[in-house]
Amino acid sequence: MLKHRIIPCVLLKDWQLVKSIHFDSFRTIGHPTSTARIYNARNVDELIVLDIDASLNGEEINTELITDIADECFMPLTIGGGITTIDDIYKVLNAGADKIAINSKALDDLEFIKKSSSIFGAQCIVCSIDVKKIDDEYKVFSKSKGVLDINPLVLALKYEEYGAGEILLTSVDCEGSTNGYDIELIKLFKDKLEIPIILNGGMGKPEDAIEAIQNGADAIAAAYIFHFSQYTPSDIKNALKSNQIDVRL
Amino acid sequence: MGNLRSVQKAFEKVGCDAIISNNISVIKNASKIVLPGVGSFADGMKHLEELGLIDILNEEVINNKKPFLGVCLGMQLISKKSYENGETEGLCWIDAEVVKFNFDNLDKKFKIPHVGWNNTHYKNHNILFNGISDESDFYFVHSYYFKAYEDVVSSTTDYAFDFVSSVQKDNIFAFQFHPEKSQSVGLKILENFVNLESDR
Repeated sequence: MLKHRIIPCVLLKDWQLVKSIHFDSFRTIGHPTSTARIYNARNVDELIVLDIDASLNGEEINTELITDIADECFMPLTIGGGITTIDDIYKVLNAGADKIAINSKALDDLEFIKKSSSIFGAQCIVCSIDVKKIDDEYKVFSKSKGVLDINPLVLALKYEEYGAGEILLTSVDCEGSTNGYDIELIKLFKDKLEIPIILNGGMGKPEDAIEAIQNGADAIAAAYIFHFSQYTPSDIKNALKSNQIDVRL
Repeated sequence: MGNLRSVQKAFEKVGCDAIISNNISVIKNASKIVLPGVGSFADGMKHLEELGLIDILNEEVINNKKPFLGVCLGMQLISKKSYENGETEGLCWIDAEVVKFNFDNLDKKFKIPHVGWNNTHYKNHNILFNGISDESDFYFVHSYYFKAYEDVVSSTTDYAFDFVSSVQKDNIFAFQFHPEKSQSVGLKILENFVNLESDR
Protein backbone atom coordinates (compact mmCIF):
# COMPACT_ATOMS: atom_id res chain seq x y z
CA MET A 1 0.00 0.00 0.00
CA LEU A 2 1.28 3.43 -0.94
CA LYS A 3 1.92 5.55 2.13
CA HIS A 4 0.94 9.13 2.80
CA ARG A 5 4.08 11.22 3.05
CA ILE A 6 5.01 13.71 5.76
CA ILE A 7 7.42 16.23 4.29
CA PRO A 8 9.32 19.04 5.99
CA CYS A 9 9.26 22.06 3.69
CA VAL A 10 11.79 24.73 4.58
CA LEU A 11 13.23 27.87 3.03
CA LEU A 12 16.82 28.73 2.28
CA LYS A 13 17.77 32.34 3.02
CA ASP A 14 21.18 33.88 3.66
CA TRP A 15 22.77 30.41 3.96
CA GLN A 16 20.32 29.47 6.71
CA LEU A 17 17.18 27.42 6.73
CA VAL A 18 14.21 29.52 7.75
CA LYS A 19 10.50 29.21 8.19
CA SER A 20 8.21 31.94 6.95
CA ILE A 21 4.95 33.16 8.46
CA HIS A 22 2.38 34.16 5.84
CA PHE A 23 5.33 34.53 3.43
CA ASP A 24 6.31 37.59 5.37
CA SER A 25 8.45 37.32 8.47
CA PHE A 26 11.07 34.64 8.93
CA ARG A 27 12.30 32.55 11.80
CA THR A 28 15.62 30.79 11.60
CA ILE A 29 15.53 27.01 11.84
CA GLY A 30 19.21 26.31 11.67
CA HIS A 31 22.20 25.46 9.58
CA PRO A 32 21.21 23.66 6.37
CA THR A 33 23.49 20.63 6.57
CA SER A 34 22.97 19.92 10.25
CA THR A 35 19.22 20.33 9.82
CA ALA A 36 19.23 17.99 6.84
CA ARG A 37 21.22 15.49 8.89
CA ILE A 38 18.62 15.65 11.67
CA TYR A 39 15.79 15.16 9.20
CA ASN A 40 17.63 12.17 7.77
CA ALA A 41 18.17 10.72 11.23
CA ARG A 42 14.51 11.27 12.05
CA ASN A 43 13.67 9.20 9.03
CA VAL A 44 11.43 11.77 7.32
CA ASP A 45 9.79 10.65 4.08
CA GLU A 46 11.14 13.45 1.96
CA LEU A 47 12.49 16.99 2.20
CA ILE A 48 11.57 20.12 0.26
CA VAL A 49 13.94 23.11 0.29
CA LEU A 50 12.98 26.33 -1.44
CA ASP A 51 15.80 28.79 -2.09
CA ILE A 52 14.13 32.16 -1.59
CA ASP A 53 17.28 34.19 -2.20
CA ALA A 54 17.22 32.79 -5.71
CA SER A 55 13.48 33.15 -6.24
CA LEU A 56 12.92 36.55 -4.66
CA ASN A 57 16.22 38.32 -5.05
CA GLY A 58 17.24 36.81 -8.35
CA GLU A 59 20.50 35.47 -6.95
CA GLU A 60 22.24 32.51 -8.54
CA ILE A 61 20.88 29.17 -7.37
CA ASN A 62 23.11 28.13 -4.49
CA THR A 63 24.26 24.78 -5.86
CA GLU A 64 27.11 24.60 -3.37
CA LEU A 65 24.71 24.57 -0.45
CA ILE A 66 22.26 22.29 -2.27
CA THR A 67 25.09 19.79 -2.71
CA ASP A 68 25.87 19.97 1.01
CA ILE A 69 22.21 19.38 1.89
CA ALA A 70 21.83 16.56 -0.64
CA ASP A 71 24.90 14.83 0.76
CA GLU A 72 23.02 14.39 4.04
CA CYS A 73 19.79 13.14 2.49
CA PHE A 74 19.16 9.47 1.86
CA MET A 75 15.56 10.28 1.19
CA PRO A 76 14.08 12.17 -1.74
CA LEU A 77 15.01 15.84 -1.95
CA THR A 78 13.04 18.47 -3.83
CA ILE A 79 14.69 21.80 -4.55
CA GLY A 80 12.90 24.91 -5.72
CA GLY A 81 13.49 28.62 -6.06
CA GLY A 82 14.84 30.59 -8.98
CA ILE A 83 14.63 27.84 -11.55
CA THR A 84 13.96 29.44 -14.92
CA THR A 85 15.92 27.40 -17.46
CA ILE A 86 16.50 23.78 -18.41
CA ASP A 87 20.12 24.37 -17.51
CA ASP A 88 19.06 25.37 -13.98
CA ILE A 89 17.29 22.01 -13.64
CA TYR A 90 20.42 20.16 -14.75
CA LYS A 91 22.44 22.12 -12.18
CA VAL A 92 20.06 21.38 -9.32
CA LEU A 93 19.74 17.69 -10.19
CA ASN A 94 23.49 17.36 -10.56
CA ALA A 95 23.85 18.90 -7.11
CA GLY A 96 21.89 15.91 -5.80
CA ALA A 97 18.22 16.89 -5.92
CA ASP A 98 15.70 14.29 -7.06
CA LYS A 99 12.95 16.68 -8.04
CA ILE A 100 12.66 20.36 -8.74
CA ALA A 101 9.85 22.69 -7.74
CA ILE A 102 8.83 25.57 -9.97
CA ASN A 103 6.38 28.33 -9.17
CA SER A 104 6.83 31.67 -11.00
CA LYS A 105 8.29 30.06 -14.09
CA ALA A 106 5.35 27.68 -14.38
CA LEU A 107 2.93 30.60 -14.04
CA ASP A 108 4.70 32.53 -16.78
CA ASP A 109 5.41 29.72 -19.19
CA LEU A 110 3.38 26.50 -19.40
CA GLU A 111 5.58 25.27 -22.23
CA PHE A 112 8.49 25.18 -19.80
CA ILE A 113 6.66 22.52 -17.79
CA LYS A 114 6.10 20.46 -20.91
CA LYS A 115 9.71 20.81 -22.00
CA SER A 116 11.23 20.02 -18.61
CA SER A 117 8.83 17.13 -18.08
CA SER A 118 9.76 15.59 -21.42
CA ILE A 119 13.49 15.87 -20.66
CA PHE A 120 13.54 14.87 -16.99
CA GLY A 121 10.27 12.96 -16.65
CA ALA A 122 7.07 14.12 -14.99
CA GLN A 123 8.15 12.54 -11.68
CA CYS A 124 10.88 15.16 -11.45
CA ILE A 125 8.69 18.24 -11.91
CA VAL A 126 6.78 19.57 -8.92
CA CYS A 127 4.63 22.61 -9.70
CA SER A 128 4.05 24.83 -6.73
CA ILE A 129 0.89 26.92 -6.40
CA ASP A 130 0.39 29.54 -3.69
CA VAL A 131 -3.19 30.35 -2.84
CA LYS A 132 -4.85 33.23 -1.06
CA LYS A 133 -8.51 33.59 -0.21
CA ILE A 134 -10.00 36.90 -1.34
CA ASP A 135 -13.69 37.66 -0.73
CA ASP A 136 -14.42 34.01 -0.11
CA GLU A 137 -12.80 32.90 -3.36
CA TYR A 138 -9.49 31.13 -3.77
CA LYS A 139 -7.03 32.93 -6.03
CA VAL A 140 -3.51 32.13 -7.14
CA PHE A 141 -0.93 34.27 -5.39
CA SER A 142 2.34 35.29 -6.99
CA LYS A 143 5.19 36.50 -4.80
CA SER A 144 6.17 39.09 -7.37
CA LYS A 145 2.77 40.07 -8.78
CA GLY A 146 0.45 39.58 -5.83
CA VAL A 147 -3.04 38.09 -6.10
CA LEU A 148 -3.92 36.96 -9.61
CA ASP A 149 -7.38 36.41 -11.02
CA ILE A 150 -6.72 32.70 -11.55
CA ASN A 151 -8.54 29.78 -9.96
CA PRO A 152 -5.95 27.48 -8.35
CA LEU A 153 -7.73 24.26 -9.37
CA VAL A 154 -7.95 25.38 -12.99
CA LEU A 155 -4.24 26.19 -12.86
CA ALA A 156 -3.39 22.83 -11.27
CA LEU A 157 -5.30 20.98 -13.98
CA LYS A 158 -3.37 22.98 -16.59
CA TYR A 159 -0.07 22.09 -14.92
CA GLU A 160 -1.07 18.45 -14.91
CA GLU A 161 -1.97 18.60 -18.59
CA TYR A 162 1.43 20.12 -19.38
CA GLY A 163 3.34 17.41 -17.54
CA ALA A 164 3.67 18.26 -13.87
CA GLY A 165 4.33 15.21 -11.69
CA GLU A 166 3.07 16.63 -8.42
CA ILE A 167 1.42 19.78 -7.11
CA LEU A 168 2.69 21.54 -4.00
CA LEU A 169 -0.34 23.49 -2.82
CA THR A 170 0.36 26.18 -0.22
CA SER A 171 -2.23 28.28 1.54
CA VAL A 172 -0.63 31.65 2.20
CA ASP A 173 -3.32 32.44 4.76
CA CYS A 174 -2.65 29.31 6.79
CA GLU A 175 1.11 29.22 6.26
CA GLY A 176 2.96 29.61 9.55
CA SER A 177 -0.30 29.92 11.49
CA THR A 178 -0.38 26.50 13.26
CA ASN A 179 -4.19 26.70 13.03
CA GLY A 180 -4.42 23.73 10.71
CA TYR A 181 -4.44 23.19 6.98
CA ASP A 182 -6.94 24.91 4.70
CA ILE A 183 -9.43 22.06 4.58
CA GLU A 184 -11.88 23.91 2.39
CA LEU A 185 -9.11 24.33 -0.17
CA ILE A 186 -8.07 20.68 -0.26
CA LYS A 187 -11.71 19.63 -0.53
CA LEU A 188 -11.90 21.54 -3.80
CA PHE A 189 -8.98 19.50 -5.12
CA LYS A 190 -10.08 16.09 -3.87
CA ASP A 191 -10.21 13.52 -6.67
CA LYS A 192 -9.79 16.19 -9.33
CA LEU A 193 -6.18 15.52 -10.30
CA GLU A 194 -4.41 12.40 -11.50
CA ILE A 195 -1.16 13.54 -9.91
CA PRO A 196 -0.41 13.71 -6.17
CA ILE A 197 -1.10 16.86 -4.18
CA ILE A 198 1.18 17.90 -1.34
CA LEU A 199 -0.76 20.23 0.93
CA ASN A 200 1.31 22.85 2.72
CA GLY A 201 0.71 25.48 5.32
CA GLY A 202 -0.70 25.52 8.81
CA MET A 203 0.00 22.25 10.60
CA GLY A 204 0.10 22.87 14.35
CA LYS A 205 -0.80 19.45 15.70
CA PRO A 206 -1.11 15.85 14.48
CA GLU A 207 -4.91 16.11 14.14
CA ASP A 208 -4.38 18.69 11.39
CA ALA A 209 -2.54 16.10 9.33
CA ILE A 210 -5.33 13.57 9.80
CA GLU A 211 -7.94 16.06 8.65
CA ALA A 212 -5.90 17.09 5.59
CA ILE A 213 -5.37 13.53 4.41
CA GLN A 214 -8.94 12.48 5.08
CA ASN A 215 -10.07 15.37 2.92
CA GLY A 216 -7.91 14.64 -0.07
CA ALA A 217 -4.23 15.48 0.49
CA ASP A 218 -1.90 12.76 -0.79
CA ALA A 219 0.99 14.14 1.22
CA ILE A 220 1.41 16.94 3.69
CA ALA A 221 4.22 19.41 4.08
CA ALA A 222 5.05 21.44 7.15
CA ALA A 223 7.92 23.16 8.91
CA TYR A 224 6.83 25.12 11.92
CA ILE A 225 5.57 22.10 13.84
CA PHE A 226 8.89 20.27 13.52
CA HIS A 227 10.93 23.12 14.93
CA PHE A 228 8.78 25.15 17.25
CA SER A 229 6.54 22.54 18.89
CA GLN A 230 7.00 19.33 20.84
CA TYR A 231 5.87 17.17 17.89
CA THR A 232 8.27 15.18 15.74
CA PRO A 233 7.50 13.66 12.32
CA SER A 234 7.11 10.30 14.12
CA ASP A 235 4.45 11.70 16.45
CA ILE A 236 2.45 12.80 13.45
CA LYS A 237 2.85 9.45 11.72
CA ASN A 238 1.81 7.56 14.82
CA ALA A 239 -1.30 9.70 15.07
CA LEU A 240 -2.09 9.03 11.41
CA LYS A 241 -1.47 5.32 11.85
CA SER A 242 -3.88 5.10 14.76
CA ASN A 243 -6.49 6.68 12.51
CA GLN A 244 -6.04 3.92 9.91
CA ILE A 245 -4.07 6.15 7.56
CA ASP A 246 -1.16 4.31 5.94
CA VAL A 247 2.22 5.84 6.71
CA ARG A 248 5.79 4.62 6.76
CA LEU A 249 6.88 4.19 10.36
CA MET B 1 20.68 11.18 -15.44
CA GLY B 2 19.99 13.11 -12.28
CA ASN B 3 20.40 10.43 -9.65
CA LEU B 4 23.93 9.25 -10.40
CA ARG B 5 25.37 11.37 -7.63
CA SER B 6 22.74 10.12 -5.16
CA VAL B 7 23.63 6.53 -5.93
CA GLN B 8 27.33 7.24 -5.63
CA LYS B 9 27.05 8.94 -2.25
CA ALA B 10 24.79 6.16 -0.95
CA PHE B 11 27.57 3.69 -1.84
CA GLU B 12 30.06 5.98 -0.09
CA LYS B 13 27.81 5.87 2.96
CA VAL B 14 28.12 2.07 3.09
CA GLY B 15 31.86 2.28 2.65
CA CYS B 16 32.29 1.64 -1.05
CA ASP B 17 33.88 3.84 -3.70
CA ALA B 18 31.64 3.89 -6.71
CA ILE B 19 33.00 5.35 -9.93
CA ILE B 20 30.64 7.12 -12.31
CA SER B 21 31.86 6.20 -15.75
CA ASN B 22 30.93 5.54 -19.35
CA ASN B 23 34.42 4.31 -20.13
CA ILE B 24 34.63 0.74 -21.42
CA SER B 25 37.90 -0.14 -19.70
CA VAL B 26 36.68 1.23 -16.36
CA ILE B 27 33.57 -0.94 -16.65
CA LYS B 28 35.72 -3.91 -17.63
CA ASN B 29 37.90 -3.49 -14.57
CA ALA B 30 35.07 -2.85 -12.14
CA SER B 31 34.27 -5.63 -9.67
CA LYS B 32 30.57 -4.89 -9.87
CA ILE B 33 28.30 -2.87 -12.14
CA VAL B 34 25.42 -0.58 -11.22
CA LEU B 35 23.01 0.82 -13.76
CA PRO B 36 20.87 3.52 -12.15
CA GLY B 37 18.75 5.83 -14.17
CA VAL B 38 15.87 8.16 -14.39
CA GLY B 39 14.27 9.33 -17.59
CA SER B 40 12.69 7.55 -20.50
CA PHE B 41 13.44 4.01 -21.66
CA ALA B 42 14.16 5.05 -25.24
CA ASP B 43 16.62 7.74 -24.12
CA GLY B 44 18.29 5.27 -21.78
CA MET B 45 18.83 2.69 -24.53
CA LYS B 46 19.90 5.39 -26.97
CA HIS B 47 22.54 6.63 -24.55
CA LEU B 48 23.85 3.11 -23.96
CA GLU B 49 24.05 2.57 -27.72
CA GLU B 50 25.67 5.90 -28.50
CA LEU B 51 28.25 5.36 -25.77
CA GLY B 52 28.93 1.90 -27.14
CA LEU B 53 28.20 0.26 -23.80
CA ILE B 54 25.79 -2.50 -24.77
CA ASP B 55 28.47 -4.99 -25.84
CA ILE B 56 30.58 -4.46 -22.75
CA LEU B 57 27.54 -4.80 -20.47
CA ASN B 58 26.59 -8.08 -22.16
CA GLU B 59 30.17 -9.28 -21.94
CA GLU B 60 30.64 -8.45 -18.26
CA VAL B 61 27.19 -9.26 -16.90
CA ILE B 62 26.04 -12.17 -19.07
CA ASN B 63 29.33 -13.84 -20.05
CA ASN B 64 31.54 -12.96 -17.10
CA LYS B 65 28.72 -13.06 -14.51
CA LYS B 66 29.81 -9.87 -12.81
CA PRO B 67 27.32 -8.79 -10.09
CA PHE B 68 24.93 -6.30 -11.60
CA LEU B 69 22.53 -3.93 -9.85
CA GLY B 70 19.80 -2.20 -11.84
CA VAL B 71 17.82 0.59 -10.21
CA CYS B 72 14.51 1.97 -11.46
CA LEU B 73 15.03 2.63 -15.19
CA GLY B 74 18.13 0.47 -14.83
CA MET B 75 15.84 -2.43 -13.91
CA GLN B 76 13.47 -1.75 -16.79
CA LEU B 77 16.32 -1.64 -19.31
CA ILE B 78 17.20 -5.29 -18.70
CA SER B 79 13.80 -6.36 -20.08
CA LYS B 80 13.12 -7.36 -23.68
CA LYS B 81 11.16 -4.27 -24.56
CA SER B 82 9.27 -1.28 -23.31
CA TYR B 83 6.11 0.35 -24.57
CA GLU B 84 7.09 3.79 -23.32
CA ASN B 85 6.46 6.20 -26.23
CA GLY B 86 6.35 3.45 -28.84
CA GLU B 87 8.25 0.19 -28.63
CA THR B 88 11.92 0.07 -27.74
CA GLU B 89 14.06 -3.02 -27.42
CA GLY B 90 15.92 -3.40 -24.11
CA LEU B 91 19.03 -5.34 -23.08
CA CYS B 92 16.97 -8.58 -23.16
CA TRP B 93 18.54 -10.15 -20.06
CA ILE B 94 15.20 -11.11 -18.58
CA ASP B 95 12.07 -12.24 -20.38
CA ALA B 96 9.95 -9.26 -19.46
CA GLU B 97 8.22 -6.23 -20.87
CA VAL B 98 7.77 -2.74 -19.48
CA VAL B 99 4.27 -1.34 -19.71
CA LYS B 100 2.47 1.70 -18.38
CA PHE B 101 0.21 1.54 -15.35
CA ASN B 102 -3.37 1.65 -16.51
CA PHE B 103 -6.13 2.15 -13.99
CA ASP B 104 -8.90 3.22 -16.38
CA ASN B 105 -11.17 0.35 -15.42
CA LEU B 106 -10.94 0.90 -11.70
CA ASP B 107 -13.42 2.75 -9.55
CA LYS B 108 -10.84 3.91 -7.06
CA LYS B 109 -8.37 6.49 -8.27
CA PHE B 110 -4.73 5.46 -8.44
CA LYS B 111 -2.38 8.20 -9.45
CA ILE B 112 0.40 8.00 -12.01
CA PRO B 113 3.34 8.21 -11.50
CA HIS B 114 3.37 5.80 -8.58
CA VAL B 115 5.41 8.01 -6.30
CA GLY B 116 6.22 7.62 -2.64
CA TRP B 117 6.86 4.94 -0.06
CA ASN B 118 5.39 1.52 -0.58
CA ASN B 119 6.15 -1.89 0.87
CA THR B 120 7.41 -5.17 -0.52
CA HIS B 121 5.94 -8.66 -0.39
CA TYR B 122 8.82 -11.09 -0.69
CA LYS B 123 8.65 -13.82 -3.35
CA ASN B 124 11.73 -15.79 -4.38
CA HIS B 125 14.61 -15.36 -1.95
CA ASN B 126 16.89 -12.46 -2.85
CA ILE B 127 20.09 -12.24 -0.81
CA LEU B 128 20.14 -8.47 -1.15
CA PHE B 129 17.08 -8.37 1.14
CA ASN B 130 19.07 -10.10 3.90
CA GLY B 131 18.66 -8.26 7.18
CA ILE B 132 15.58 -6.37 5.97
CA SER B 133 12.14 -7.40 7.17
CA ASP B 134 9.48 -8.17 4.61
CA GLU B 135 6.88 -5.43 4.18
CA SER B 136 9.52 -2.73 4.61
CA ASP B 137 8.84 0.51 2.76
CA PHE B 138 10.97 1.73 -0.11
CA TYR B 139 10.82 4.85 -2.24
CA PHE B 140 9.28 4.48 -5.69
CA VAL B 141 8.91 6.91 -8.57
CA HIS B 142 7.72 5.42 -11.84
CA SER B 143 4.86 5.34 -14.33
CA TYR B 144 5.81 2.09 -16.05
CA TYR B 145 6.21 -1.32 -14.49
CA PHE B 146 8.08 -4.52 -15.19
CA LYS B 147 6.03 -7.50 -16.33
CA ALA B 148 8.18 -10.59 -15.85
CA TYR B 149 7.52 -13.73 -17.89
CA GLU B 150 10.06 -15.89 -16.07
CA ASP B 151 10.42 -16.95 -12.47
CA VAL B 152 12.80 -14.25 -11.29
CA VAL B 153 10.55 -12.14 -9.10
CA SER B 154 11.95 -11.53 -5.61
CA SER B 155 9.28 -9.08 -4.45
CA THR B 156 6.02 -7.54 -5.50
CA THR B 157 4.38 -4.33 -4.33
CA ASP B 158 0.72 -3.47 -4.20
CA TYR B 159 -0.46 -0.52 -6.22
CA ALA B 160 -3.98 -1.42 -7.36
CA PHE B 161 -2.45 -4.83 -8.11
CA ASP B 162 0.77 -6.60 -7.21
CA PHE B 163 3.46 -5.44 -9.59
CA VAL B 164 7.07 -6.63 -9.68
CA SER B 165 9.23 -4.46 -7.45
CA SER B 166 12.43 -6.51 -7.65
CA VAL B 167 13.97 -9.37 -9.58
CA GLN B 168 17.00 -11.57 -9.26
CA LYS B 169 18.44 -13.88 -11.86
CA ASP B 170 21.88 -15.34 -11.15
CA ASN B 171 24.23 -12.38 -10.80
CA ILE B 172 21.58 -9.87 -11.91
CA PHE B 173 19.75 -7.90 -9.21
CA ALA B 174 17.27 -5.19 -10.04
CA PHE B 175 14.92 -2.98 -8.07
CA GLN B 176 12.09 -0.79 -9.26
CA PHE B 177 12.40 1.38 -6.16
CA HIS B 178 15.36 3.57 -5.26
CA PRO B 179 17.55 1.97 -2.56
CA GLU B 180 19.67 5.13 -2.52
CA LYS B 181 16.60 7.13 -1.45
CA SER B 182 15.06 4.58 0.90
CA GLN B 183 16.88 5.46 4.08
CA SER B 184 18.37 2.65 6.17
CA VAL B 185 16.63 -0.28 4.44
CA GLY B 186 17.79 0.99 1.07
CA LEU B 187 21.35 1.45 2.26
CA LYS B 188 21.23 -2.12 3.59
CA ILE B 189 20.49 -3.40 0.07
CA LEU B 190 23.49 -1.51 -1.28
CA GLU B 191 25.65 -2.82 1.55
CA ASN B 192 24.54 -6.38 0.77
CA PHE B 193 25.39 -5.81 -2.87
CA VAL B 194 28.84 -4.45 -1.99
CA ASN B 195 29.44 -7.52 0.18
CA LEU B 196 28.55 -10.01 -2.55
CA GLU B 197 31.41 -12.26 -3.53
CA SER B 198 32.46 -11.40 -7.04
CA ASP B 199 33.38 -14.38 -9.24
CA ARG B 200 36.39 -12.58 -10.52
